[in-house]
Amino acid sequence: MRPAMIFYIVICAFALAVPLIGIYPIFMMKLLCFAMFACAYNLLLGFSGMLSFGHAAFFGAAGYATAWLITARGWGTVPAIGAGVAVAAILGWVIGAIAIRRRGIYLAMVTLALAQLVYFVCLEAPFTGGENGLQGVARGSFLGLFSLRSDIVMYYVVLAAFVAQFLLIRRIVQSPYGQVLKAIRDNESRALSLGYDINRYKLLAFVLSATLAGFAGSLKGLVLGFITLSDVQQSNSGEVILMTLLGGSGTFFGPVIGAALVVTLQEYLSDIVGGWVGVIIGAIFVACVLAFRRGVVGELSALRLRRWWGQAPAA
Amino acid sequence: MSEIFGIPVAVILGQLTLGLVNGAFYAMLSLGLAVIFGLMGVVNFAHGAFYTLGAFAALLGMQWFGINYWAALVLAPLVVGALGIVTERLLLRHLYRLDPVYGLLLTFGMALVIEGTLREIFGASGQSYPVPSALRGALNIGFMILPVYRAWVILASVTVCGVTWFLIERTRLGSTLRAATENSQLLQAFGVNVPLIVSLTYGGGIALAALAGVLAAPVVLVTPLMGSTLVTVVFAVVVIGGMGSILGSVISGLALGVIEGFTKVVYPEASNVIVFLIMAIVLIVRPAGLFGRE
Repeated sequence: MRPAMIFYIVICAFALAVPLIGIYPIFMMKLLCFAMFACAYNLLLGFSGMLSFGHAAFFGAAGYATAWLITARGWGTVPAIGAGVAVAAILGWVIGAIAIRRRGIYLAMVTLALAQLVYFVCLEAPFTGGENGLQGVARGSFLGLFSLRSDIVMYYVVLAAFVAQFLLIRRIVQSPYGQVLKAIRDNESRALSLGYDINRYKLLAFVLSATLAGFAGSLKGLVLGFITLSDVQQSNSGEVILMTLLGGSGTFFGPVIGAALVVTLQEYLSDIVGGWVGVIIGAIFVACVLAFRRGVVGELSALRLRRWWGQAPAA
Repeated sequence: MSEIFGIPVAVILGQLTLGLVNGAFYAMLSLGLAVIFGLMGVVNFAHGAFYTLGAFAALLGMQWFGINYWAALVLAPLVVGALGIVTERLLLRHLYRLDPVYGLLLTFGMALVIEGTLREIFGASGQSYPVPSALRGALNIGFMILPVYRAWVILASVTVCGVTWFLIERTRLGSTLRAATENSQLLQAFGVNVPLIVSLTYGGGIALAALAGVLAAPVVLVTPLMGSTLVTVVFAVVVIGGMGSILGSVISGLALGVIEGFTKVVYPEASNVIVFLIMAIVLIVRPAGLFGRE
């Protein structure tokens, strides 16, 4: 049996056993939602080579849409999530179509500015609850089959969603389409000269990444029962970059590890150091960019300890 | 003709003038960003944080050491600029051979550290900085009563931008700097100390941001996050103007401030987003920016 299989089996066993071994399920669900967010982001940064600084817009907009449909319109849980994901996809298409007109740092600045536009809409629109956000989002039931009120049930649903999304991203990256994406990432002019319509490939990658980020955002709103401005804020876009980079951008499991590290740090450090946790996150960011660009998984595979986690690192 | 679209002309002119004040800050910040980017290829995300530091340096200098406004105008940019040089030497220097996005990410982390530290020490709520006595009062310029201080901000910023432009385009130092932008290796082969120029340029760009912070201190509330919202707008301004051009960044900074002011009269709800909308349109029509080259 390959070491990668053993690793995944251990992780799966741990994930399934979480409610039994007394880890707070809400915390684990939050972690999984951010892991999904980071994996979606990694599809763009790691596998397509585009640095978006505005992914909070997709995460937050989908969360707001789902929360609003449930609280104000009385929609069912699953349709509301579907609608939230659709909102993220449309937004991803619009922002992506504008952003891919520029490359590299310009793309980062453009996505940042457009995401700020979405932030102001969420701040000022009449249906988003302004500074308070949308509170009291009921979890409802899964298509009327079973109630999601119990944290344990909800946890397994989120876990299933995470696994499905993880496998989907793996499938996308390993498909012929994913290979072209990586070719564009590594050498855009060559891909162009080989006859690939690179803008279409890049736009699709952007939309896919935004859609999956939206899925994570919708779920997060549902799990915690609220969605606020901090979900659409610039700092949230920054954190997802950090998660991806810290875990290893361009690796399959890296973003999950990065998300676990960042969310755990925030959860436990904020009890000890209060607001200084923001400064610590910033310092980790600086250290990561200076000395740790391949991230945890990337460094491990670079050390050739074992080539467990799939792809070789990009950076 | 005292009304346009049912809005009194005096109100429109008033908002345009106030917009020009904001535009003055955009111009100074995007000028610093353009200079730093031109030479180093680094998009300085920490620019807003250094602007905030400039305002705090003025505020704390007054509270702790009794340093007045005029001294702060000189001292704060020097101190913050020196800090900028230190960060360039210690951190940014290691990234020049890598993809420019790493510079963006590093300076983003720096901004988080600076702003977070200020927030934890001084609290999130703002403090006000008094307008210096020589610049109190107001001018009656016919269509509106313009506070003297705001007139001073516009004057000072246009002067600073003009002097910076002159330094870069018309002096020996500036031609060295431009040569370093074009081909730093060749310049180094001629015996010019390029790393020193890079450090000084970064320090200079940061000093401009800090100077904008001191100028802004009496008109806005001095808060730890005053720069973080501004820097996003300035990025959009820079994308609209085109990164390469110094004059372009100044002109688009001032112009967008005025447009923003005009939007406040016509459709106030959109005034926060108008710059971003214009950016989107410019990107669709002219992806390289109004003054930029592809």
